[in-house]
Amino acid sequence: MGLRTFASRKTLGALSTFPQQLRGLQTFSLPDLAYDYGALEPAISGDIMQLHHQKHHQTYITNYNKALEQLDEAISKGDASTAVKLQSAIKFNGGGHVNHSIFWKNLAPTNAGGGEPPHGSLGWAIDESYGSIEKLIAKINAEGAAVQGSGWVWLAVDKELKRLVVETTANQDPLVTKGPSLVPLIGIDVWEHAYYLQYKNVRPDYLKNIWKVINWKYASEIYEKECPRG
Amino acid sequence: MSWSISNYLISSSNELSRCKLPYGSEGQRGKCQALNRPTNISAYNSLKTPSFKFDQVQKRKDHVLKKPRNISAYYSLKPPNYKFDALEPYMSQRTLEVHWGQHHRGYVERLNEYLAKDDILYGHTLDELIRVTYNNGNPLPEFNVAAQAWNHDFFWESMQPGGGNLPILGLLQQIEKDFGSFSNFREEFIETALTLFGSGWVWLVLKRNERRLAIATTTNAVTPLVWDDIPLLSLDMWEHAYYLDYKNDRARYANVFMDHLVSWNVALGRMARAQSFVNLGEPKIPVA
Repeated sequence: MGLRTFASRKTLGALSTFPQQLRGLQTFSLPDLAYDYGALEPAISGDIMQLHHQKHHQTYITNYNKALEQLDEAISKGDASTAVKLQSAIKFNGGGHVNHSIFWKNLAPTNAGGGEPPHGSLGWAIDESYGSIEKLIAKINAEGAAVQGSGWVWLAVDKELKRLVVETTANQDPLVTKGPSLVPLIGIDVWEHAYYLQYKNVRPDYLKNIWKVINWKYASEIYEKECPRG
Repeated sequence: MSWSISNYLISSSNELSRCKLPYGSEGQRGKCQALNRPTNISAYNSLKTPSFKFDQVQKRKDHVLKKPRNISAYYSLKPPNYKFDALEPYMSQRTLEVHWGQHHRGYVERLNEYLAKDDILYGHTLDELIRVTYNNGNPLPEFNVAAQAWNHDFFWESMQPGGGNLPILGLLQQIEKDFGSFSNFREEFIETALTLFGSGWVWLVLKRNERRLAIATTTNAVTPLVWDDIPLLSLDMWEHAYYLDYKNDRARYANVFMDHLVSWNVALGRMARAQSFVNLGEPKIPVA
């Protein structure tokens, strides 16, 4: 997943009022998209992409960095209760950062391969497990539409069992909360902010249209890495 | 009711002229004979009205026999007490149209669909239905739609045009008693709204056991009714409630709600009603 560096080392003193020490705490910054905001139209509007990337994802990163700082401080002071209290903020904001970073890579404009069905081992695995890619898409859409409130729907590979699974997670929980050996291939954000401006409450329409811009090439790469042929 | 109608038919007009009662309830015929009121006018009245009802009932009966009516809805969608543009500029007309007209309506329609398929849950009020379908933490599929229908009804009522400002009378006293001051409460409420992860609601509740006000949050469709507390106000923190107006600026939405939308009158009324169930303290009995 290290196609783009999204972590950089910064001295903590530069960000806060801490005494000048080289703490070496990694902070995170917003990764760039490989395409323009408007490149995914008409499946996802440019407004949504811009807000989603510049506001929502950035907020997750900002809050994640803040929570990490606080956690670092609590650990160095030996403050166990604060360290535990911060865990939910870390799971939420860190999860949001992780999930959205995957999400941007899962999308590609149609002229850059978005929507093109997978060939190679991922395509065969889908046909074996689900019958056809249409059936897989139908299953993912059904699960995504059924998510109550906010969450994600994932196509993942279980790297121990070498199997494809369709899973959903709530809020910003990362996929590993559903199984430690699950590696996400495709994640679709079904939080309302991902589609509301364009589709209002008709989430099934959003799910139907997003497949036109899903980047199967990335998914295939990850799959081949986890389940190498041979 | 049909047997009493036919009894009425059989009974002669003499008795009718004596009885003021239109339906010939047997036990009272004896009583009626003792009445010596001027009967001409009342007879006319009692003769006229029941026959009208009889005709109607007969017509309705025929109608029922020939064309069985299907129940069209179990629960209804109630519009807010104000026009859709009444909350501008704090909550736009478009938001209300979509939030009420699509989201809320969708919940009510799906609830009715569930009940139409299998009406084992028929007969509950919406409050009861929420508790029953919550199933003590293992919610049935109807829970989400039922609870969201109730929550949105509650939410529309919790807002009013020209809302905000300060609570009054007993509610203000109770808030000051339980939170220290109104500004403490306001701060805590808004902070709670901002630290809510995901979709949910923020509530001002009256806790039954502790007999005090508190701020509660719930995720998705859950409501304080399921743990038997009494909600007084709610704020919808699902993204669909504010996204069209404020995009991702939840802080501004929560502040605007507190400053301009919240209906303290309604909250006061709800608290007054809640006090019939919860004893909030010793009444101030004036000393003679």
